[in-house]
Amino acid sequence: MAELVPGASQWTLIRRRFLKHRLAAVSTVVVALLYLVVVFADFLAYADPAAPNPGRPLVPPQPIHLFEDGHFAPHVHALHRWRDPQTFEMRYAPDPATRIPVVLWAHGYTYRILGFKADRHLIGVSGRPASEGALFIMGADSLGRDLFSRILLAIRTSLVIGLAAVALSLSLGLVMGTISGYYGGLVDLLIQRLIEILRAIPTIPLWMGLAAAIPATWSITAVYFTVTLIIALIGWTELARELRGRIMALRNEDYVLAAELAGSGPGRIMLVHLLPACTSHIIATTTLAIPAMIASETALGFLGLGLRPPAISLGVLLNGAQNLEALALSPWLLWPVAPTAAAILAFNFIGDGLRDAADPYA
Amino acid sequence: MGSVSNFILRRLALSVVTIWVISVISYVIIQLPPGDFVSSYVAQLAQSGAIGSGDDLARLRADYGLDQPMFIRYAHWAWGVLRGNLGWSLDWGRPVADLIGERIGMTLLLSLTALALSWILALPIAVYCAANRGTPGDYFFATLGLTGVALPNFLLSLGVMYVGYRWFNLDFSEVHSPQYATAPPSLGKGLDLLWHLLTPALILGLATTARLIRVLRANLLDELEKPYIVTARAKGMRELNLILKYPLRVALNPFVSTIGMTLPQLVSGSIIVSLVMNLPTVGPLLLRALQAQDMFLASGILLILATLTVLGTLVSDLLLAWLDPRIRLAA
Repeated sequence: MAELVPGASQWTLIRRRFLKHRLAAVSTVVVALLYLVVVFADFLAYADPAAPNPGRPLVPPQPIHLFEDGHFAPHVHALHRWRDPQTFEMRYAPDPATRIPVVLWAHGYTYRILGFKADRHLIGVSGRPASEGALFIMGADSLGRDLFSRILLAIRTSLVIGLAAVALSLSLGLVMGTISGYYGGLVDLLIQRLIEILRAIPTIPLWMGLAAAIPATWSITAVYFTVTLIIALIGWTELARELRGRIMALRNEDYVLAAELAGSGPGRIMLVHLLPACTSHIIATTTLAIPAMIASETALGFLGLGLRPPAISLGVLLNGAQNLEALALSPWLLWPVAPTAAAILAFNFIGDGLRDAADPYA
Repeated sequence: MGSVSNFILRRLALSVVTIWVISVISYVIIQLPPGDFVSSYVAQLAQSGAIGSGDDLARLRADYGLDQPMFIRYAHWAWGVLRGNLGWSLDWGRPVADLIGERIGMTLLLSLTALALSWILALPIAVYCAANRGTPGDYFFATLGLTGVALPNFLLSLGVMYVGYRWFNLDFSEVHSPQYATAPPSLGKGLDLLWHLLTPALILGLATTARLIRVLRANLLDELEKPYIVTARAKGMRELNLILKYPLRVALNPFVSTIGMTLPQLVSGSIIVSLVMNLPTVGPLLLRALQAQDMFLASGILLILATLTVLGTLVSDLLLAWLDPRIRLAA
């Protein structure tokens, strides 16, 4: 399908083919932006995502007013909190008389970035300590914590978990798939049966069971690694299957025979001659595995079984969005759905584009 | 004939091994949480005021065989499971088998409804896409399919629930209309139940539908390039008949061949969809069991679900071998 340009390298062909898949090309930008958020989450956030504000539970999203009396002066209105005498609901009303300026490059909570300590944030409010909770672009959760800042940090956690789990299952899949495809015979039989067994088990109940067995006393870091491990241990089968098929096909090529005759051992043939020939397929399958991992973490967190508060991940945030009545009253708690869906869809579209492009001669 | 019985035997053996592995995993899950069954039992007794002495503890442990090595305890447990004794749910104070029995039917019904729906939807859409290749309609379904495969079930059901609740005042968590809630089983009640399961089943089956459309469309397109199609077209056969008559039958294979892959996914997804939508399947039971560390119930659910899935896959494999001689010969 792709026009074969004389002299173009395989990677040039792959890139051209990939860019033709418009959804995939756009998704690449989305994923790049999401990983920028991963790196600069603390800088982009403006309020300490972990600090509760007892006086500000469930503040609705607040508009930023860009102009004041005709000139550019971004600000938000101060919030006045009162209780509805009839329903006893907590309500907030903006107080247009008190304007709180929103400034760029503001001082805020201290965080670490790339090994440095910093307290500068992209935006912030001036004239008031941020701890007072004056700015809520996407509203606040039930403890008065700023949802926008929490979502940014949650994106970091969830996207990094996705990568870590994929790295783990990639190594498992690479080893199992290559060995299985190269040696064939009994080894292949055993590995294939193992994969079939793993694939026959419904994963979500299994994950739930394993994740629930993590002791509640463990530290966030320990839980984080265990969740990653659990997701990775079950998720490697797809890559191993894919790779085995490729390696089996390539194994009978003349160039492999030539390498064997030239005295290359099995290790060298696998690492130098076979695996590099599968790179594009490995990348495509890996890309498709990342969203599955992110979805798994999010689903577990949503059920309250994976990462638990005080950890901040997309799943943990969505866990707060389980109650329908609460959602009807404070629909902004659904905001974490947006980055979750965006990340999962974007990775899938990229993976789809890569899979189509992986074989430019096909 | 030798290869057929060989194929069946191998499938059977693999299923037995799979179920055995599942049982080991289930047992490990029972054992994983800190403290054994007796300590949690005693903790519960202590809460209700009846505190056992150290002697009682040791006797209880011996009663339940907890002083024996792990593999003996496993064998003991597995023997009980084989005789239908899945253990006792501490949380509910009832046998695990009874609790699962009450809800497994709804779980299977939901998963199978989703499977059936995905077949019903995938067939016409795939034929349409293959016949109208490259048209906006084809692209529309391709994009929809890509999204459907990608979006996790729980996000989708959360979205549908919210939209339904907020703007249409719908409550998906009731599986029976009020007038049927306590009525004895009847045709009307059955239809009513299916009607209520429609939305969750659609959500659950979306990914499967999308995948089926993709495979079926690709198979159809391969078939449509073959010379016999050109011949039929040259003879003036109508386009729709042309597709329905021969290529469709050849392309139908994935309907059965993907069951092995989709069944675990559907069962898995049914757990999470019914958790979000609060349907009376084993999903909410499993979550509550895990939260309460009621491990016999949790592992019982895992064991039963996985075993049923493996059996379903086995049936589909046998069905496929019967349908498609190529599978038999390859095996």
